[in-house]
Amino acid sequence: MDLTAQRVTLAGDAGAGAEAKPRLADRIDAWLPKIVLAPTFVCALVFIYGYILWTAVLSVTPSRMLPKYEFAGIVQYEALFGNERWWLALKNLALFGGTFVLVCLAVGLLLAILLDQKIRGEGFIRSIYLYPMALSFIVTGTAWKWILNPELGIERLLHDWGFENARFDWLIDPEMAIYTVVVAAVWQSSGFVMALFLAGLRGIDDSIIKAAQVDGASMPTIYRRIIIPSLRPVFFSSFMILTHIAVKSFDLVMALTNGGPGFASDVPATFMYAFAFTRNQIGLGAASAMMMLMIVVAVIVPFMYSELRRPRNG
Amino acid sequence: MKIRTGIVRSCLIVAFGAGLTVATGVQAAELEVLHWWTAGGEAKSAAELKKILESKGHKWKDFAVAGGGGENAMTVLKSRVVSGNPPAAAQIKGPSIGEWGAEGVLSNLDEVAKAGGWDGLLPPVVTKVMKHDGHYVAVPVNVHRVNWMWANPEVFKKAGVEIPKTWDEFPAAAEKIQKAGFVPVAHGGQPWQDFTVFESIALGVGGADFYRKALVELDQATLKGATMEKVFTTFAGVRKYTDKDSANRVWNQATGMIINGKAAMQFMGDWAKGEFSSAGKTPGKDYVCVAAPGSAEAFTFNIDSLVMFEQSSGDVRKGQQDLATAVMSPAFQEVFNLNKGSIPARMNMNLDKFDDCAKLSARDFEAAAKRGALVPSIAHQMAVPAATAGAMQDVVTQFFNSANMKPKDAAEKLARAALTK
Amino acid sequence: MAELSQPRDTGRLIGRVIVYGLLVLVCVYYLMPLFVMVTTSLKSLDEIRAGNLLSLPQDPNLDAWGKAWSSACTGIQCEGLAGFFWNSVSFVVPAVLISTLIGAVNGYVLTMWRFRGSDLLFGMLMIGCFIPFQVVLLPMARTLGAMGIANSTTGLVFVHVVYGLAFTTLFFRNYYVTIPDELVKAAKIDGAGFWLIFRRIILPLSAPIIVVSIIWQFTQVWNDFLFGVVFSSGDRQPITVALNNLVNTSTGVKEYNVDMAAAIIAALPTLFVYVVAGKYFVRGLTAGAVKG
Repeated sequence: MDLTAQRVTLAGDAGAGAEAKPRLADRIDAWLPKIVLAPTFVCALVFIYGYILWTAVLSVTPSRMLPKYEFAGIVQYEALFGNERWWLALKNLALFGGTFVLVCLAVGLLLAILLDQKIRGEGFIRSIYLYPMALSFIVTGTAWKWILNPELGIERLLHDWGFENARFDWLIDPEMAIYTVVVAAVWQSSGFVMALFLAGLRGIDDSIIKAAQVDGASMPTIYRRIIIPSLRPVFFSSFMILTHIAVKSFDLVMALTNGGPGFASDVPATFMYAFAFTRNQIGLGAASAMMMLMIVVAVIVPFMYSELRRPRNG
Repeated sequence: MKIRTGIVRSCLIVAFGAGLTVATGVQAAELEVLHWWTAGGEAKSAAELKKILESKGHKWKDFAVAGGGGENAMTVLKSRVVSGNPPAAAQIKGPSIGEWGAEGVLSNLDEVAKAGGWDGLLPPVVTKVMKHDGHYVAVPVNVHRVNWMWANPEVFKKAGVEIPKTWDEFPAAAEKIQKAGFVPVAHGGQPWQDFTVFESIALGVGGADFYRKALVELDQATLKGATMEKVFTTFAGVRKYTDKDSANRVWNQATGMIINGKAAMQFMGDWAKGEFSSAGKTPGKDYVCVAAPGSAEAFTFNIDSLVMFEQSSGDVRKGQQDLATAVMSPAFQEVFNLNKGSIPARMNMNLDKFDDCAKLSARDFEAAAKRGALVPSIAHQMAVPAATAGAMQDVVTQFFNSANMKPKDAAEKLARAALTK
Repeated sequence: MAELSQPRDTGRLIGRVIVYGLLVLVCVYYLMPLFVMVTTSLKSLDEIRAGNLLSLPQDPNLDAWGKAWSSACTGIQCEGLAGFFWNSVSFVVPAVLISTLIGAVNGYVLTMWRFRGSDLLFGMLMIGCFIPFQVVLLPMARTLGAMGIANSTTGLVFVHVVYGLAFTTLFFRNYYVTIPDELVKAAKIDGAGFWLIFRRIILPLSAPIIVVSIIWQFTQVWNDFLFGVVFSSGDRQPITVALNNLVNTSTGVKEYNVDMAAAIIAALPTLFVYVVAGKYFVRGLTAGAVKG
């Protein structure tokens, strides 16, 4: 990571050089990187931050079916905070997001370590772990719904095998329904996390491990003390990607539980969609979207800041 | 000179060509129709509409978006209107018609309605839904009856009970059915299905006037009153007789339980009939359709309709008028509804081709209209705006899913939800 | 690196058995939905109604596949998924290529030509990934309408490129960070310009990460439903919309075998990409995409 520091000075040098010899070609060259980056910058400004601003504006209007630009104060936020369903959605996001990210990291790391033991048929097994990434939930939602459905899926299979009292009915249990979403979400994303960790493991310098072995350290100790700590950047990338998936999880919930039973497995994304589009309460939907964004910023920014800062200072 | 004739000639050609394009334009105005009739039977019946339209020289551009009773289609529609590019026609129903009308984006269908004599063909309750500010803006496709009960007579026979005619008879009958080893009520625990059962109970327990006061006019006193408490108590009683796996079940899976003889009855609109017929069952023999307990005299309706969006092109406008006329034609109303399980929105049609359930539905529809017992279904977005209906549905489904909520508290909560705008 | 390959004693052997056992067990979990989908698609409707969904088909046939491809109803026309398949291809390919190309150039600037504020810009872009897509539907519809590309393939490609950029930029940036500075520095001293360095030095090194970016974008764009349904025009709907119309009907008989066959057909291109390029995917990630 000290490469980064070097590069900053390098960029500074280039700038200084351009000032020293103000030839036209050089000046264009000095500006070129910025020009090249400009379209992306403008896109981000308009299509992300502009739209966030637009949503913020809508959240203080009385908009119902279509946007109406009249100021209405914070009534939408009051309505949102008075809505039980919203609080349940937030609670579900915390439960789902927390479990999903942790389980994915654990499963991904475990599978990567196992696959890294010079396994025969590694490529084949890896494809099996990775393929769910390729499928959308419009595709697999029905299959999962069946598997988790007590009348059709695993529970019935267990009954057919003679385990009459076996129960696997999370899908229809208001308390547990959100965890079926975890089961399916882990299925879809953990393979990708596995690939990230596997890549990280392959990137570790063998000589460090050899040296530790010579010192008489056992394999578990080597993993705990040397290998896993060195995967810190992978944890960071995976965390970012997984949080991103968790916050935006929408098709998953729609396909699997549709927010049910009742609205027991609602999450903020489905809440926002239902209110803004189905129930003609765009103002309220916008308010919920703003809250979602604030939560994301509150979780992500400090984490990103500390993580990106850390190695540079160290 | 020569050059000039050349110019004139090419001008003529251009003018002629333009004329030609305009002429062909009249022939082939492209009508984009947004709908969610994608299930096999429905799709085939909607295709009839396309045929009629094409015979009049228009082009049908299909824009089908399925999902959750049109939820996805509504998202698409909003985006299309916001982008300034609305479809020519869209499937919209109930109070939403008025909401779109208030945005000033719908075309007026008064002329077509007058030419077709719609006022005489549709019951006033229906025309009220089709109008905004006194003008026709929508055309009805069908009438679904929601307060049906689908029963398996075989199961009732085995349990040794009669099909309950009132909610007071219901618990005893259900008890016996359960004792005999069947599931009394086949239910799918999704919010809209909970709400569907709830409104049938409200109609059966309180009658049409109570229903209208509480669930259409949203009268606070009625919503909090003793009758509503009784409705919730009865609702909790029904929950007792559903099976443990009902949560999150889709409705046709529940219908399957009636077909297989696992369950005795299901409260569901008449689209359920398609499931029975595709399983090769005949009404009256393998299954019976009766009004939900206590609601034989009344009728909760769910009407699909098409609205036309204001268009700049005159040809498309002409096409829209032709489309509206086609929808109201007896030929289309017959073929569409034969497939869909519903009955034609036009009154006084020849129903020879329809089955007994549909005939009963049509008889009850006209009788209920005369009696003033024809009420819009709240669970199917016919009675109150989407925001209000949604908030009330939340309460109903929450009550159904939590064993310890008191009926009195539920009624209070429902009244509060009814204030949602 | 972890040497467990030569079992020297029983302990090692047991360890080996546990490792393989776990791997296979997890495979079952991963394969179960695919198993259900494939077997169901090969059964008849009666067999599905009667039987267990995890049982093997008694009389496997491809009728459902034929129907899903060419005669299932997805609207009022019943021509299966065939046409929609090509609709999807027609916008997925440009969207993936354009977003990958721009991402590559962005990553190149953000690592090799840093300037004051470029890190901030990158952070801004990253946070932007977290915007829920439901939020952007209406303003985007308005913008596309104003640009005159509402409900066109161009508009759809544009939307996918815009919201794919953050990820492709992230991939390329993280990959280019690992390329030694000396290479570019030397080239600069030799007087090579911005594009020349990119073409001659950076691009030839980029193959693994291009594969990663293409796989990622292809999966995202091909599987997208929300943008596809909102921003496409009626007659050019992507396959996910058609699939949704097939599977998600609320009233009417469910033909589960056709649904499942259609679902697999819709997933074939992405599955194909993963199987063919999966090896390069991990290799590309190894090559540096995960170094934060």
